[in-house]
Amino acid sequence: MNDDGSEQTQEMDQYLREDRMPHIWCPGCGIGSVLHCFLSALVKTDIDADKVCVVSGIGCTGRAAGYVHLDSFHTTHGRAIPFATGLKLANPELQVVVFSGDGDLVAIGGNHLIHAARRNIDMTIICVNNFNYGMTGGQLGPTTPLDARTATSPSGNYERPFNIPYLAAASGATYVARWTSMHVRRLEQTINEALLKRGFKFIEVIAPCPTVYGRMNRQPTGMDQMRYYQENSVIQHGADPKDVDIDLNGKIIVGKFIDIDLPTYSDLQLRVEQKAFGPEESKGEAVKKKAATAASKSK
Amino acid sequence: MKIWRKALDLNKVKPSRGQIEIMEDRCKGCRFCIEFCPKHVLEESKAFNAKGYHPAQAAQPEDCVNCGLCEMLCPEFAIKVTEEEKVKEVVRHG
Repeated sequence: MNDDGSEQTQEMDQYLREDRMPHIWCPGCGIGSVLHCFLSALVKTDIDADKVCVVSGIGCTGRAAGYVHLDSFHTTHGRAIPFATGLKLANPELQVVVFSGDGDLVAIGGNHLIHAARRNIDMTIICVNNFNYGMTGGQLGPTTPLDARTATSPSGNYERPFNIPYLAAASGATYVARWTSMHVRRLEQTINEALLKRGFKFIEVIAPCPTVYGRMNRQPTGMDQMRYYQENSVIQHGADPKDVDIDLNGKIIVGKFIDIDLPTYSDLQLRVEQKAFGPEESKGEAVKKKAATAASKSK
Repeated sequence: MKIWRKALDLNKVKPSRGQIEIMEDRCKGCRFCIEFCPKHVLEESKAFNAKGYHPAQAAQPEDCVNCGLCEMLCPEFAIKVTEEEKVKEVVRHG
């Protein structure tokens, strides 16, 4: 129900916790659009909504887990991927989606990101990149472009930023893509494709943050930033992730950069277990049997 | 737009028509839908909503071609676009 008591709803409302709407995101913020793309992509995949779990960390984007009407998990700062890994290992049937921000996934959770990518754990990561720590007041983060002004770099940033697709690809991610929150249809298609693929899938989405980042960088409204994305995005599918750095007010290379197939963590685990206990044994039973024989021996 | 070569089925194909519903109290006035609508259907309303923003409103609802871009772009989940034929069916059959 809306504030005025009317029962008007939107198509995606069945996947949203309507009682928590309107959300806290600022006017002009792009996270809402990205969440809409994710939900509509999920609807189009025909995956059972009961088998989907959304995991978020801390930050503006971390709020997404609290707004979706799916199984969701709001975790500690930077630890969205470890929690998601646990979920996936305990219940391999689940479709685990990590929906979090750049400060959460790449800054404090950077180590977890590279190791989850290295292990190729079957999960989808949607990383909303707004180039700063929005929720705490717009501090400099590891994705802030060179020379960008933020609350803690008032004369311009002199730290080299992370190139997130390159980081993910170099760590072993099997699907790496980048879009901006303006490319809604392409983003939806990419998320759809990623949800149906197995392996560690990483999608970076560049989103406007007018309130704290845009205001310091001559793009004071969400619309200014969206127009900048529209004019400066270059679609290059299959581009080398090494060359997709983002410069302040420069071109943004978007597209699907990597799409390969590699055995996942569970595949390799199963292979080792079958080698050790024979091909007939399923992995749960093999472990139980081993424990039982160990227990009987100790008696 | 000038059509310099006519498609053979130009008279048979009818563009889809959409009906826009805006949940005014959800709107935060970011203008994404207004600026990106390919048919310039939407505009900023002069009235205020409950939160003090100027919500979007359909100025030329008859021009809507049911592309659904405004619905996807809206960060507030405030816009719903339905195909007009479906709306009529619902009205007819309840």
